[in-house]
Amino acid sequence: MRELIRVHGLTRQYEMDAETVYALRGVDLTIRENEYVAIMGPSGSGKSTLMNLIGCLDTPTAGDYWLNGVEVSKMKDDSLAKVRNREIGFVFQTFNLLPRATALHNVELPLIYAGVSARIRRERSASALARVGLADRMEHRPSELSGGQRQRVAVARALVNEPSILLADEPTGNLDSATSADLMAVFATLHGQGQTIVMVTHEHDIAEHAQRLVTLRDGTIHSDSLKEAA
Amino acid sequence: MPFREAIRLALQVIWAHKMKSFFSVIGVFIGVMFLIAVVTVVEGMNRYMTDQVAGNFLGVNTFQLRRYPDFNVGNISRETWREWVRRPRIEYDDALAAAAAITVPAITAWESVSSAEVAYRDKSARIRVIGATEDYFELRDWKIEEGRAFSTQEARNGIPVVVIGSVVAEGLFEDLDPLGREITIRGLPYRVIGVVESQGKVFGFSLDEFAVAPALSPVKRFVNPPRVVDILLVKTQSMDDMETAMADVEAVMRSRRGLRPAEEDNFALESAAGVLDFWGQINRILMTVLPMLVGISLVVGALVIMNIMLMAVSERTREIGIRKSLGARRRDILRQFLVEAATLATLGAAIGVGAGLGLAFLVRATTFMPATVAPVWIGVAVALGAGVGIIAGLYPAARAARLDPVEAMRQE
Repeated sequence: MRELIRVHGLTRQYEMDAETVYALRGVDLTIRENEYVAIMGPSGSGKSTLMNLIGCLDTPTAGDYWLNGVEVSKMKDDSLAKVRNREIGFVFQTFNLLPRATALHNVELPLIYAGVSARIRRERSASALARVGLADRMEHRPSELSGGQRQRVAVARALVNEPSILLADEPTGNLDSATSADLMAVFATLHGQGQTIVMVTHEHDIAEHAQRLVTLRDGTIHSDSLKEAA
Repeated sequence: MPFREAIRLALQVIWAHKMKSFFSVIGVFIGVMFLIAVVTVVEGMNRYMTDQVAGNFLGVNTFQLRRYPDFNVGNISRETWREWVRRPRIEYDDALAAAAAITVPAITAWESVSSAEVAYRDKSARIRVIGATEDYFELRDWKIEEGRAFSTQEARNGIPVVVIGSVVAEGLFEDLDPLGREITIRGLPYRVIGVVESQGKVFGFSLDEFAVAPALSPVKRFVNPPRVVDILLVKTQSMDDMETAMADVEAVMRSRRGLRPAEEDNFALESAAGVLDFWGQINRILMTVLPMLVGISLVVGALVIMNIMLMAVSERTREIGIRKSLGARRRDILRQFLVEAATLATLGAAIGVGAGLGLAFLVRATTFMPATVAPVWIGVAVALGAGVGIIAGLYPAARAARLDPVEAMRQE
């Protein structure tokens, strides 16, 4: 399979009160198309930082990052926004839906920023919501939806632009075990359809769903193992 | 984000916080309201001054020769006043010589005005009594509704006949036919020969409370010292003629008064153009002060909007982060907040226009002051509102656009 993500010597440091804190110290990682990767590690291990860097929300202090054949590590703000819009679909622990907007409008957002016309936007958003089983909840606001439904809206939003990677940051962190299982089923289906998924989690049983497990410790990769095909 | 989307979103946000939105645009609202109210009244006054006041009091292409000016701007200094009252009066011979000196087609008339009591049997009224010559009615463009004006013969010989205003006719005679009846003016007997068509009102005062008698008739005993007139009225056929006639009159008066070239006129020549000029000066003052007041309230309005937008940005930091994570570029966020501020301010301005017009028409309904809508100014006001919004939104929007998505999404 084709390489989607290739990072080399990825380093991210923060200046805090004249002290330099290393969140990542030279990470090398390659992720191929249609891989399903879980990234684990204790808090402070740098997994969120790695997530932000892969998601183009942040830029590395050193090292380089190639996404889908393009070097993104040297990109500026607006170019990164474009990359996020086209290549990456985010699913966050706290869902990060706009509270005042309906489910449909939330899903439409990436398409708005991609400049898709209103009619096509509606069609694609509605079908994305239908795919996650929320066809009858399109006009509901987040506050009118359950946690599991909200996260499925977020998944629909993440996928509506057909991104290269689905990037999930503790996606089950705010869900009970039943809805977590539902979400994992959705991810499994998507993976089955060819979707590349990178998921950060600290729950072992959630990480179990992935094919490949990367663990971080103190800003470096501690282990990287493929699960036996079940 | 397309522009339309941004406006839709802005309206949504504004609607969701109706009260807050209203209070945040109150500065713009008040500024625009006063701008429109004052401009509407001033515009109305402009038209009124041109159509009514200038036309009624002075007439088109008409000027007056008089002792000192009637219409003045601001306070008259004591020195000026002293100089004015020391001036010689306009005498019969002055008026005759001035009229004879005019080299363009013109009609002339004398006018001397005094307040006096007129009476018919047990009814009486205090009105303006005008001593005039026969062309006075034509010059004033007054139509005789009943009866006739006095003739040249009557004017020359000072026959005690009188033409009265319609309000006087009603007051003294009610249903009786006024023509041919004997009235007294300050006790002097006069015969009514005509009634002038109603002139309506100016600034709330009736223009029909007058009586016109020949200047040489017995009223001359009280309207003026002997052989003196208040005003020589001259009406010409065009503006150019009027200027020529004014120059003629000025020349002959200066020579009669023996003025040296360096000396100023010790008489006044006043025309409708002069009165409009006087109004123009008031207008200019208003139009200088008004923009300053409006400017101040718009600056205050802009500061309030800027504050509100800064608050909105900090309240919605998380939303901004989410939007950025989904691919919003800096310019998308910038546009969103700019459009929001501009929409807010434009709405405020639009409400201000409505309130301003309401205020102007309230003034029109309750006072004598007229009001005329000036569409250009409505456009100006709304554009000002939008401009204030954009300027006020610039800094908050730029701050929002620069937010780091990771930091922004971390906010609760």
